[in-house]
Amino acid sequence: MKTDGLFKFVSLGTLWVWLFVFALIPNLMVVAASFMTRGVEDFLAPVISLSSYARLLDPLYLGVLWNSCYLAALTTLLCLLMGYPFAFLLTRASRRLRPLLLLLVVIPFWTSSLVRTYAMVIILKSKGVLNEALLAAGLIDEPLELLYTDTAVLLGLIYALLPFMVLPLYAALEKLDGRLIEAARDLGAGGFQVFIRIILPLTMPGVIAGGILVFLPALGLFYIADILGGAKSLLVGNLIRDQFLAVRDWPFGAAASVMLTLLMGLLLWVYHLSARHADQRTLT
Amino acid sequence: MKRIVQWVYPAFVYGLLYFPLAVLIVFSFNNSKYTTQWKGFTWSWYASLYGDTALWQAAVNSVTVALLSATLATVIGAMAAVGLYRYQFFGKQILNGLIFILIMSPDIVMGISLLILFVALQLPLGFWTLLLAHITFCVPFVVVTVSSRVSGFDKHLLEAARDLGASELQTFRLILLPLLMPAVAAGWLLSFTLSLDDVVISFFVTGPTYEILPLKIYSMVRLGVKPEINALCTIMFGLTLVMVVLAQWLLREKR
Repeated sequence: MKTDGLFKFVSLGTLWVWLFVFALIPNLMVVAASFMTRGVEDFLAPVISLSSYARLLDPLYLGVLWNSCYLAALTTLLCLLMGYPFAFLLTRASRRLRPLLLLLVVIPFWTSSLVRTYAMVIILKSKGVLNEALLAAGLIDEPLELLYTDTAVLLGLIYALLPFMVLPLYAALEKLDGRLIEAARDLGAGGFQVFIRIILPLTMPGVIAGGILVFLPALGLFYIADILGGAKSLLVGNLIRDQFLAVRDWPFGAAASVMLTLLMGLLLWVYHLSARHADQRTLT
Repeated sequence: MKRIVQWVYPAFVYGLLYFPLAVLIVFSFNNSKYTTQWKGFTWSWYASLYGDTALWQAAVNSVTVALLSATLATVIGAMAAVGLYRYQFFGKQILNGLIFILIMSPDIVMGISLLILFVALQLPLGFWTLLLAHITFCVPFVVVTVSSRVSGFDKHLLEAARDLGASELQTFRLILLPLLMPAVAAGWLLSFTLSLDDVVISFFVTGPTYEILPLKIYSMVRLGVKPEINALCTIMFGLTLVMVVLAQWLLREKR
């Protein structure tokens, strides 16, 4: 009987220690680093300063932040507009087909987004599949310059992140109680009203979860901007990466990363509120 | 009309999701270095990959890290999921929250935080730092995968085992583990795939002494399109496909 506490101790203790050492401590170190200054010998000098945060307000970097947030927001919006009806129709498919249809969404979800980004290059490059097809169809006279533009980065982000929107939406829509829709219909609500007043509010946690899973990576996936956008288009992810590996200004890179974390915190808080709200709606 | 929309729209989205991958696979067999026109079937891009020793080394490194990190993350994650299910303790909410945050947080944040940690500890960037980082980002996914199965578990089985005199460890080994095996295996497969595919975190925590496949592909891709990369990416996709199908088969709902 003496070993009884042992399993509890080992199973939970290992997780605690691991997360403490490799998640909590490193993140606190990032916060600490963001308040330090650049060292001469080392990457960081223990001189407390707010200068890294002040530099984030520099118009140059504010421009990058704005551009990246705009691109990420557009990606999220387009993924939502594409993904919501798609996920909805998946939940309407027959029970026998559904596992297969879902598997077809999960496969790209698991596939390396590097591989999928590279596939986009083949499609978009000037002698790529899309241009050849459009030329052959006579729709254009000369190849479109698609690759190495902001549009290419946007398309790449949508392509990489769409499954991350669809899966939480599907999970939320599948939980939806069909009786509520019937009840609303019986009470005389039209299709649009049912959607706005019943379906959308109840699936809001799914919408927000999908939104977070698309929006945050869309700020950070620097290799998509590198491969599809050339060096022109800069995401927050490119900025942070360059500060750490090229410019070697760690405090500034850390400050940008802290901003990203704060943004995540804010979004998770909104998610928490909406999930609670949706729960209450179902209960009352 | 309604029925048509019901089919056409999903088909269109599936088309968008799979068309680039299909093109990638087709061109990996195209007997032409530059054009996008079909010039006949060839294995030669695969053959030239086979002769690339640096690439083989990177592939071996990637698979080594993926095997080890998936296995260790599964051990830690599966035990933790059971612990979280069975026991009430102080800080349980915090632990659950931390796991949720780790899944949601952008890779780049984890990448640089681990870089700062490893530099502060003066660990040379390479195999060990890569392994530690990969375990860290895999553990939350294993916990979530196993938790989803364990929450539907019949608690009476545990009480029965206890009444028959089994210790906690025996209950875990003889009752819980065999019944949870499909979810544990699926968690392992997910971790293996995540580790094999990761670009962003690995980018920060590995050094020139330990090259891995995704970073190798990344540096190749930045130089432009080459048929060898088509072949390599096709192989990566094929591997993922096997993993997903296996995992979904393990997690399928029994009726």
